[in-house]
Amino acid sequence: MKKAILYLNQFFGQVGGEDKADFEPEIINGQVGAAMMLNGVLEGAEVTHTIICGDNFMGTYKDEAIRRIMGFLEDKEFDIFLAGPAFQAGRYGVACGEICKAVKEKYNVPVVTSMHVENPGVQMFKKDMYVMIGGNNAGRMRQDMGAMAKLANKLIAGEKTGPADAEGFFPRGKRHQHWREDGKPASERAVEMLLKKLNGEEFQTELPIPKSDRVDIAAPIEDLSKATIAFVTTGGIVPVENPDRIQSASATRWGMYNVDGMGRLEGGVYKTIHAGFDPAAADSDPNVIVPIDALKAYEQEGKIGRAHEYFYSTVGTGTTEAEAARMAKEIVVKLKEGGVDGVIMTST
Amino acid sequence: MVKEIERAGFPIVQMCNLIPVATTVGANKIVPTISIPYPLGDPSTSKDQQWKLRYHRVGVALDALTEDVKEQTVFKVKF
Repeated sequence: MKKAILYLNQFFGQVGGEDKADFEPEIINGQVGAAMMLNGVLEGAEVTHTIICGDNFMGTYKDEAIRRIMGFLEDKEFDIFLAGPAFQAGRYGVACGEICKAVKEKYNVPVVTSMHVENPGVQMFKKDMYVMIGGNNAGRMRQDMGAMAKLANKLIAGEKTGPADAEGFFPRGKRHQHWREDGKPASERAVEMLLKKLNGEEFQTELPIPKSDRVDIAAPIEDLSKATIAFVTTGGIVPVENPDRIQSASATRWGMYNVDGMGRLEGGVYKTIHAGFDPAAADSDPNVIVPIDALKAYEQEGKIGRAHEYFYSTVGTGTTEAEAARMAKEIVVKLKEGGVDGVIMTST
Repeated sequence: MVKEIERAGFPIVQMCNLIPVATTVGANKIVPTISIPYPLGDPSTSKDQQWKLRYHRVGVALDALTEDVKEQTVFKVKF
């Protein structure tokens, strides 16, 4: 029989309500409150201990609470750690996430919790652990605890877990190689999807792209004829000697290059260092990626006030979103200094 | 990058070939280009044709910067 330990807050650990939210962490032999329910649905494991901590204590003295709980666990043997379910209770959800993360890091055992999608703990911890998709109130206790146990039973038995939507946890953003039981090749699956799409039927992509945050659309330029316009590119156009040593892939560096007095970018003076495509066309005529020639023509005609004297360049292939965001923030400083009013980003 | 620059308050238009990527990532103003290695000038066409295409599409991008759009918009190009 394997061993499980469950973390609960003061309410589900039957200490008390909001007035007991400062309750300091305790570990109790055996099962208290909701731990009894978990014990009833776990297969091949027993809940040997229940840890109870007030939500406010965990919220206010997080480091101290985690330190004490880690101390409780030091001499305990356990194969899996669970917390919650936390429903839509924000403090409780964050507490479950914090403690699960700490336990996983220190003891390297699987950890499972459960939260409602609106619980802030979901965004904070879904990448670090199994957060089961739970209900928004304690009326869902039996169902949510059952879902936690179902995944826990698989983990305890050493079975492989399936994809997030099949198992019912929030996607962790991990991709796994997976052999299908039906052995159907990707080509057939893709054609089936295409046929469904053409017939207007529902189909499920195998590679969902996580939705990312949106930015408000910036106020438009009112008078283009007075505006200063700049190019930023991820196409890797640089002076041929690549003075900033920008990497050809997975870039962490960017450069700014003065084009004042130039009518166009000449091949042989500028080139692309981007490793993600055949550079021949852009090396021969860099304006196909950074169209300085067209921008200067519009400046001559008076359609725009001024072409900014620099263009800004990095390489977009393999570059992480975090690095791209950091580089963009650094470029923004220069755009502000240069009095730029609008930006054209060219991407390859 | 587009998002961070726009977050800082600069009107920005992305010229790119992979429109679905740009829309998924969150670019708000998009002008299509013709390919990945040569977004604004196909080397198998004449220099004059390449220039016309480039001049036209950069012009569309400049106009896009002045447009008061309320949602993600892919601007139309003629050639």
